[in-house]
Amino acid sequence: MTIKLNNLTFVYNPNTPFEKKALDDISLEIREGEFIGLIGHTGSGKSTLVQHLNGLIKPTSGNIIVDGVNIVEKDANLKEIRQKVGLVFQYPEHQLFEETVYRDIAFGPKNLGLKDEQVEERVKEAMELVGLDYESLKDRSPFELSGGQKRRVAIAGVLAMKPKVLILDEPTAGLDPRGRDEILGEIQKLYQKENITIVLVSHSMEDIAKLVNRILVMHRGKIQMDDKTREVFKRADELEKMGLGVPQITKLMKILGEREKDIKDTILTVKEAKEEVLKYLRRKKDA
Amino acid sequence: MIKIEKATYEYKSLIDDSIQQAVKNISLEIQKGEFLVILGHNGSGKSTLAKLMNGLIIPSSGDVEVMGMNTKDEENIWNIREKAGMVFQNPDNQIVATIVEEDVAFGPENLGIPPKEIRERVDKALEVVEMVEYKSHAPHLLSGGQKQRVAIAGILAMNPDCIILDEPTAMLDPTGRIEVMNTIKKLNKVEAKTIILITHYMDEAVEADRILVMEEGNIVMEGTPKEIFSQVEKVKELGLDVPQVTELAYELKKEGIDIKNDILSIEELVELL
Repeated sequence: MTIKLNNLTFVYNPNTPFEKKALDDISLEIREGEFIGLIGHTGSGKSTLVQHLNGLIKPTSGNIIVDGVNIVEKDANLKEIRQKVGLVFQYPEHQLFEETVYRDIAFGPKNLGLKDEQVEERVKEAMELVGLDYESLKDRSPFELSGGQKRRVAIAGVLAMKPKVLILDEPTAGLDPRGRDEILGEIQKLYQKENITIVLVSHSMEDIAKLVNRILVMHRGKIQMDDKTREVFKRADELEKMGLGVPQITKLMKILGEREKDIKDTILTVKEAKEEVLKYLRRKKDA
Repeated sequence: MIKIEKATYEYKSLIDDSIQQAVKNISLEIQKGEFLVILGHNGSGKSTLAKLMNGLIIPSSGDVEVMGMNTKDEENIWNIREKAGMVFQNPDNQIVATIVEEDVAFGPENLGIPPKEIRERVDKALEVVEMVEYKSHAPHLLSGGQKQRVAIAGILAMNPDCIILDEPTAMLDPTGRIEVMNTIKKLNKVEAKTIILITHYMDEAVEADRILVMEEGNIVMEGTPKEIFSQVEKVKELGLDVPQVTELAYELKKEGIDIKNDILSIEELVELL
C-alpha cells in the first residue's frame, strides 16, 4: 500500500492576519515497506503533514492518494483510511481514558464491529507487539502504570487496528534512555516482523540514524531533502543551518574524514565508526 | 548552599498502600556556585530529591537545610523558596499571565516587592534570558525554548541563589534545547547561580562540575563528568547513555587500542586519533 501526495498545500487561518502556510506544495510517495524518518525543527510542518496522511486535516489544495483512493474527495471513506493509516500522537498516554488496559486497547477494534473473541485476539497481539504482559496487566488501570508502560498501551491501541502504515510522532519524547531504547526496539521489531510501513517523526538524530532507511527533512513547510539516511546525514552543514544536526558520531567521523582522506565519512553508528577507525589505525601502523 | 543529612522520603503506594521510599538516607552537600547534574532513570528518586531541596516536600526523616534554614521549619519556607527556585519540565504548566513581562513579575509581586524594584528585576531577568524583545508578547505564541526561558526569568526575578531545573529540556526540540542550555550555563558562569539540573541528556550532563547518578532512591555514582562517563559499562547498566564519542573510545580500548577512556567531546577524540 502506498501513500501519494500531489502538490499538497495547507494554509492555517486563511484570509486572516494569522494566515500561515504550513505546507507548501509537497509532493512525495511513501512506498510499502519503507521505514521513513521525518525531521525538522518545531514549526516546520511535520505534525501538520502527518495529520494529512490519514485525513485528520483536509488540505487547502492538492491530493492525497492512500491505497489508490483520493481521500480529499468528499465521499472518501475516512473510517477505512484511519484503520489503514494508524497515527500515534505526541504524548499518546494523554489520550488513555478507559478503566482498564484491556478496554483501552479494545476501544478501536470494538468500534470496527469485531466480535468479542476477535477483539480479545487483537488486544493480546497488540500487547505482545509492544512488550506488555497480557495476563498481569490487562485488568490494571492504565493510569497506575509507569510512563513508558502507559505509552506502550497507547501505541498498542493503534496497533490493535492492524494498520498498514504506522505513523509515530515523537514516540520517545520525555522518556528516559531505557524507556526510549525499549520503545525503539519494539518499533524496530514491529517493522521487521509485521511487514508494516513506518513513518517516525523525531528530534533525535541518533535514533533516526539507527532505524530508518529514508529521511524526509522539512523546513518552512517544504520538503528540503528526501534521500537515503546516509546521503542526508552527509549534508551536516545544511542540516545545522536548519536548526537540526547529525549524530555526534557522524560529526566526529566527518571531521576525521576531512583530515584523513582514507577514512569513510558517512558513518551512522558507533559500531560502524569503530570498524572504520580500527581499519585506519591498522593502516597507520603498517605504514 | 544546600545541605542534606540522612534524608529519607516515604510515600504510600497507590497500587497496594505499601510504604515506599523514594529517597533513602541520602546525605549530600551542594556548594555555592556549583553546577550539579543529577542523572537516573524515571522512578530513581531524582525529582523527589530535587523537591526536597526547596521544601516542596519535607523529608520523612533526616534534614534538609538551605543556606542554614531547615525546610522543616514552617516559618522558613517562603525564604527558602525565594533562595532556591525551581523550573519544571513543561513550560505550559508554569506560565500564569497573558503577557511575558507580567508573568515574570508574578513571583516578585507575591513577595511584596515595591513596584519600582519589580520593574528593575523583570527587566534584568528578561535580559539575562535574552527575551527582552518579547516582553509584551503573549506567552502561548512563543516557541517551547522561549517559553522555558520565560519560566526561568520568572524564577530569576525572585533573586534566588540557587536554581533547580527538573528536566527543563525534555519537551523541547534541538534548537530549544540549545537555547535553554546556553541560558543555564550563563546563569551559572555569569550570574554565579548555583545550578542543580536534572536531565536525561548526556550532552547536557558533560557540562556539569559534578554528576550524581541515582538508582532506587540511592546515590550510586558521584564524580566529575569524566569520572562518571569513563565507567561506560556501569553507566549503561544503570539504564543511562554515554556520549557516542565516549562509547567509541571505550570500544577502541576494548580492541586493544591505547587510548584514554575519559573522552567527552569530539575535539578530544579527533586530537588523539
